[in-house]
This record gives sequence, C-alpha cells and structure tokens, in this order.
Amino acid sequence: MSFLLPKPKIEAVANINIRLNGEVRDIDMGLDLVRLLEHFSLPSQRIAVELNGTVVRRSDWHATQVNEGDRIEVVHFVGGG
Amino acid sequence: MSDQFTLAGTTFSSRLIIGTGKYRSYDEMKAAHTASGAEMVTVAVNRVPLDGSAESFLDHLNPKMKILPNTAGCYDAEHAIRTARLAREALDTEWIKLEVIGDPITLLPDNEQTLAAAKLLVAEGFIVLPYFTDDLIMAKKLLDAGCPAVMPLAAPIGSGMGVQNPSNLRIMREQLPDATIIVDAGVGVPSDAAIAMELGADAILMNTAIAEARDAAQMATAMNFAVRAGRLAYLSGRMPKRLYASASSPIEGAIN
Repeated sequence: MSFLLPKPKIEAVANINIRLNGEVRDIDMGLDLVRLLEHFSLPSQRIAVELNGTVVRRSDWHATQVNEGDRIEVVHFVGGG
Repeated sequence: MSDQFTLAGTTFSSRLIIGTGKYRSYDEMKAAHTASGAEMVTVAVNRVPLDGSAESFLDHLNPKMKILPNTAGCYDAEHAIRTARLAREALDTEWIKLEVIGDPITLLPDNEQTLAAAKLLVAEGFIVLPYFTDDLIMAKKLLDAGCPAVMPLAAPIGSGMGVQNPSNLRIMREQLPDATIIVDAGVGVPSDAAIAMELGADAILMNTAIAEARDAAQMATAMNFAVRAGRLAYLSGRMPKRLYASASSPIEGAIN
C-alpha cells in the first residue's frame, strides 16, 4: 500500500518590476489592483488608478492583474488653484 | 440680491470660486473658505505618495462646496486628458478646470494644446472650464468646442498683478455677450477682483490672493465684498469717462 506524501510547498514567488507613480518597485507576481494598493498601504477611497495610460474603473480593480513592466499611476487630491 | 450665477445647469449665489492651495494650515483654509462665501473650490490631482504619508485632503473641505478638480501641472493635451479622466473616476464628477501650461516660468497657458484637449474632453462628456490667455478669438474657439464657460487670465498664476489688459476683457464681454466669462488667475487685491467684475466678468477664480494674505480669512471676506461690489457696479452701468470736469453743483446761482 502506498501513500502520497504532501507535495512540498513552493514558497518562492516570482517577482516582477513595475513603475508605480514614477518609481520602480519590485512586487510579487499575481497581485490585482486592490492587493497592490493594500501592499503599499495606499488609500482606496477618492483615488483613481491608471494602468499603462488608461483609467481602470474601481469595479474592475479586482479583476485587473498587475504584470511585469506595467506603468501604474495612483492619484488623489491635494490643494490647488 | 437674487443675481444668481448659473454654470452648466448648476446655480450659485456666489460669483467667487476659490482654490485650496498654499494655505498654511487646514484651519486657515477652512476659515477663508467660509469667509469667502464661495460655493465651489478647485483641487489638484496628484500622485499618492508611496511612503504612507498620504492625507485625506478632501476631508478638510466643507462638504457643501462643489469640488472642481484641475489639470494643473500638465504641459500637453495628452497629460491633461489623462488627468481629467482620473479626476472623473475618483470624484465621480464631469467638471474639470482645464489647464495646460506652456512653460514653468510664466505658467502661461498653451492655448493650442488647451483647445485640443477641450475638444476631446467635451466629446467624452466633460464639463470643461478652460484657463487660457485673455484672447477673444481663442475664447470663441473654446466656446465653439463646447465649453460652457471660458476662463481668461487677468495676469500670470500667483502673480497678484491684477487685470493686465482690461481692454481684452471689455472686448471679450462686448463681443460675446452671452458667454460665461470667469476671470481665472492674477488677482492680487480686492480692487483687482472688482475691476474684473466691473468689466463684465461673470465670476472670478482665485487662490493665492487669499491664501498668501497675512490674514487669509479677512482677505477672503474682502474678496467676497469686492466681487459683489464689482458685479453690482457692472449691472448698474458706469458713468462715461470724460477728459474734462462736469460740475455736480449748479453753476448758475452761485454768489459772486
């Protein structure tokens, strides 16, 4: 009688480089935009996210994966005239 | 006074629109906003800092005030359009103060890029309020593009120089009697605001003149009065200018 050994977990997660608000950042592969904001402790209300030049609607954040080389802008509001 | 100001279907009782930049503290900004009587304030779109220092700036604004996001800091139509789209997504507003700057020393507008951006944003459903050089022909083009108002400068942003070319404003008012003209940028003191309103501007947008005053709230009160005074004067119709005197007292009957 044979038994199955549990497969060893692969702990190493591949990393990718992105450009977030103009700065190069190294993050885990497989994050969606909601998790990206959480990862960098960024606010999620009254902000907007642009991915490679196109605004991503809030309702699409969960379904949008971040990929190698992505250019992401996360903006909020500050004082201005 | 029931002289209301309607812009793109929204009615305001104040003809003063003010900014939110350069204040030394949130308390000072709030006091100035209240004193100004303004019902619409501008805000800028900016990258969220990645170091966790982001503050919720909008929480410091009176929730009754309409928020007008701007595209400050954009040097071409493409960046202004992207900024406008981000502002709309974040604030769920179609309103945008379109500002495309030509160079960093003067901050004078790039009218060509402004017009290009205005056309595209109007087509996307934005209510575009463009900052531009005080030029009649440019104003006509922006109105033809579908902007509900035009926002000529009085002087460079933050210069406090006042209305540098009153003739241009007069011409714009006379040639575009039905257009909504908002003088944006360059006001330094209440008399500047009053002059712009006397010339027939429908409203004034200002920031630095209030924010940089030693007592911002008191200056906001003064600006509130000045805009009202200038408006009343415009509606009242000024006396003609004469090179020579015109006696107010009877000449006949004075003793000799």
